[in-house]
Amino acid sequence: MEKILVCLKRVVDYNVKIRIKPDETDVVTEGVKMSINPFDEIALEEALRIKESGQANEVIIVSVGPEDCQQQLRTGLAMGADRAILVEHSENTEPLTVAKLLHQIVQQEQPELILLGKQAIDDDCNQTGQMLAELCSYSQATYASKLSVGSNSLEVTREVDQGLETLEIDLPAIVTVDLRLNDPRYVKLPDIMKAKKKSLDVINPNDLKISMDPFFKVISVTAPPPRESGIKLSDAGELFDALKAKGLVD
Amino acid sequence: MRVLVVAEHNDGAINPSTSKTLSCVAELTSLGSDLLVMGNNSALAEQAARFQNVDSVLYMGNEIFEHQIAAVMSPVIAKIAQDYDCVLCPSTTFGRDLMPRIAAALNVGQITDIMNVVAPRIFKRPIYAGNAIQTIEIQDNVKIAATVRLASYKEVETNNQATIKNVELPEIELPSHTRFLRIESEATERPDLQVASVVVSGGRAFGSSENFELLYSLADKLGAAVGASRAAVDAGYVPNDMQVGQTGKIISPDLYIAFGISGAIQHLAGIKDAGTIVAVNKDADAPIFEIADFGIVADLFEFIPEFLAKLG
Repeated sequence: MEKILVCLKRVVDYNVKIRIKPDETDVVTEGVKMSINPFDEIALEEALRIKESGQANEVIIVSVGPEDCQQQLRTGLAMGADRAILVEHSENTEPLTVAKLLHQIVQQEQPELILLGKQAIDDDCNQTGQMLAELCSYSQATYASKLSVGSNSLEVTREVDQGLETLEIDLPAIVTVDLRLNDPRYVKLPDIMKAKKKSLDVINPNDLKISMDPFFKVISVTAPPPRESGIKLSDAGELFDALKAKGLVD
Repeated sequence: MRVLVVAEHNDGAINPSTSKTLSCVAELTSLGSDLLVMGNNSALAEQAARFQNVDSVLYMGNEIFEHQIAAVMSPVIAKIAQDYDCVLCPSTTFGRDLMPRIAAALNVGQITDIMNVVAPRIFKRPIYAGNAIQTIEIQDNVKIAATVRLASYKEVETNNQATIKNVELPEIELPSHTRFLRIESEATERPDLQVASVVVSGGRAFGSSENFELLYSLADKLGAAVGASRAAVDAGYVPNDMQVGQTGKIISPDLYIAFGISGAIQHLAGIKDAGTIVAVNKDADAPIFEIADFGIVADLFEFIPEFLAKLG
């Protein structure tokens, strides 16, 4: 295939223990380490492996978000993507709006394969890839744990609640990836230097003529109710008695 | 509010996820819902008609729906949804695969993982793997498209006799770009993880798939479903469909017993709604003890036989 498009979201790093803002409007992101959404990083790794095996010519990465997303796109370029596109927008963007913006990019670039993470680890929405697939009228395979590229189709194994489902889907296609698909590579210093010379286009969403108006209003973001702390027991007998007292075993 | 629920089914039966989704309907409206069953087996419609909170079962029998391919279902559902104010699916891999396509086809935003309906247009949902709860409001006059978080709802009663309406496939062009090849799943007689009232779970400490047999014997004694940590799945001891956690299944049994699971954040996100959590681990500092109601520092290979003996 000619092109693979990979969509990357900038999120709070998965190692950060999040904090809720005192006014309960959002979580704290100022001064917090940000990274490529880990599932999107797996999507990029897969695209790079497909290209390196000779089955694709170009890997393009795209992100929707504030100017700072350029950091994550540079990381993606250092991993090996050929060029990057940022649709710059400073506010939070809902998944359907992101999908509409990506749809415009897809029409411009005409990739045969579009890869995304199965969900972002911040809003846990799990929507963008499927919405994009519907807008493009493309086939989709979500939760991919194995992917093999044929001449005009893909065979994708999906991690579903019932086990492992395998689909054959025609190109152009959208695949959202799960954890076990691959282990993303580490970026080396010379690659970071090289990435600085790669192309990173910044696009204004107004030029794509997509409404950025949200469907939802966030009323609050709060901490979940804590679980009460429990007690230590010494052996199986004590556990049996404790569970029996609660009517959980007999 | 007119609510349409899309049923999930597997192996000729309505999945219990559908029943939990119907439970959420009661928080939205007292008028019940229509339950859309797309499949190739009319027994599904009969089963669906017994669930509470269902007014009518809309049965669309066609072999093209046998494997519930999202891209084939979404244009049909979007057309039927024109007559409704709200469309719901369970937040399983089935519903999460499908609902965003429906929402996009309807040109509305989607709510993932409803955990509580605060008011008919205000919802609570988990973000950051359940480490924060977002309360969101959807504008008036916009259709609601949402998935329902199973761990937040109980199954409904099955003493209903809803009307079954056979619905014709609308005349729209459906895609042929997706072909089902196979599904590999472990046959098991044990209860479904997502609806079981007792779940026993094992981690990497088991050391091999053979050693999991010890856990299976305990599960059979308790009538429990068996889960596992991501580490145990990644080590190849058990298949992926047993994984409990943010990237596996999010569960809410009355009793959850974790053996040899340290308690990574992503695992804890999957069990926070359990009624009583028991942790058995050799490491007294394992993070799982922080959320366990009962914690026992012990070697699981010694503990399980002792516990089995107590159960008689």
